[in-house]
Amino acid sequence: MSTLITRRSLVTSAALGAGALLAGCDRVAEIPAARKILFSGEKLNMGLQRALSNRHSLAPEYRADQMSPFFRTNGTRNPNTPDYNAMVADRFASWRLKVGGLVARPLSISHAQLMAMPARTQITRHDCVEGWSAIGKWHGPMLGSVLKAAGVKDAARYIVFTCADLYSGANYYESIDLIDAFHPQTILAWGMNDRLLDVGHGAPVRLRLERQLGYKHAKYVMAIDAVASLAGIGLGKGGYWEDNVDYDWYAGI
Amino acid sequence: MTDATRSPDTNLPGTAAPIYRHRLTTRIWHWVSAITIFIMIGSGLTILNAHPHLYWGQFGANNDHAWLHTWRAPSWLTIPAGYNLAVARRWHLLFALVLGFGLLFYMVSSLLNRHFQRDFRIRGRELSAAHLWYDAKEHAALRFHDPDQPNARNIFQKLAYVLTIFALLPAIILSGLALSPGMNAAWPWLLDLMGGRASARSVHFIAMLGIVLFIIVHLALVILAGAWPETRSMITGWWRIPDHDKREDAA
Repeated sequence: MSTLITRRSLVTSAALGAGALLAGCDRVAEIPAARKILFSGEKLNMGLQRALSNRHSLAPEYRADQMSPFFRTNGTRNPNTPDYNAMVADRFASWRLKVGGLVARPLSISHAQLMAMPARTQITRHDCVEGWSAIGKWHGPMLGSVLKAAGVKDAARYIVFTCADLYSGANYYESIDLIDAFHPQTILAWGMNDRLLDVGHGAPVRLRLERQLGYKHAKYVMAIDAVASLAGIGLGKGGYWEDNVDYDWYAGI
Repeated sequence: MTDATRSPDTNLPGTAAPIYRHRLTTRIWHWVSAITIFIMIGSGLTILNAHPHLYWGQFGANNDHAWLHTWRAPSWLTIPAGYNLAVARRWHLLFALVLGFGLLFYMVSSLLNRHFQRDFRIRGRELSAAHLWYDAKEHAALRFHDPDQPNARNIFQKLAYVLTIFALLPAIILSGLALSPGMNAAWPWLLDLMGGRASARSVHFIAMLGIVLFIIVHLALVILAGAWPETRSMITGWWRIPDHDKREDAA
């Protein structure tokens, strides 16, 4: 047996093996059991991150001179529905934030009332799942203050956000657990970069969830509901992208 | 087990007796990592395709100055083949755990079984210009093994493995962790180490290129040094010392 043939066949099989591995990954991802293992990484990573970090650990905050000169928009740039356009026209005077679900005191909060609440100002970095990031200044009350005012019941496990922008004809929605909901940097931002939040960035109010990726930061928030389970929300995975495109519900990574 | 354990298998052809070259922990880690690194590069390229621009500093988006606009990775290189960021992230973030904990397992076991101390320790005289030049000439002549110490790694081999195991792999793991907003809150020093999140993303990419370069050189040298004996030694652990002179006589 010539060494050369052995070498050539080995190189060929290595190259074929590498190609088969790449192609095979797509086949594997179609098998339900393998898909389950593949998707188990989310729970593993969430468990590890929660184990490694204090639940109150803060996302880094930046100085004013470290802010992005231009903060791009993404996702919905304008909900552009008749209802939303009417609210923009009256400068959100008719907007009400409905806080309900498993709460002792359902609330209906006006823009002025929300802006009168004690607020937090934070200069933080926004990381998009696609890879870009931008640093901006956000201003608004802690979500925890609003939830405390409503009195979240013991049975509640998640907070669900329903938004004014439509995806495939239905309102955008996202959800977070109570650890993140009561985190001090989790705020309902009505101000950005020392101005009122503009339409492109989610006016009148967007969620800031500083330890997770951008798609969790629901824009154009209309309603906040405390729920015991995500089963009845959308397709049950807790958010529009999670339900429709397999994004992780836990976007801390 | 000592380096020059004699094989009980006397049926193997060849003049020199096979030597036990790779321990079980090394072999397991090698093949697990070989598969994992392909999955990480394939899925990583899909993730890069989502925003093929790289920046330095704390932040970076379309309007900021990018130091590199990468080409779009072709579908035959990416996992999944069709662009699907969500599924690429599932592959990447699950196998990141295999890569990270695998390296930890290999490092701890190699310290305990003295693989690192025995095979990768670089001695001062090996770094002398004269020795480096001698070894470069030996490489050019395709002589990779010292006949007197066939199991010893040569200096370029040691430098390549040490650089990959102790610099490139830790750099790609730490820069990957620095991309996670959750880990940024848990371990803020990651960002300080990398010089910001956009920098961490660039470091992640550059470390990937370094690992790709290592794989190319590694595979080329495995082929030049004797593809089948080298591959077999990473499967069974046993390696038969190549006899270049003899091979030329036979040809």
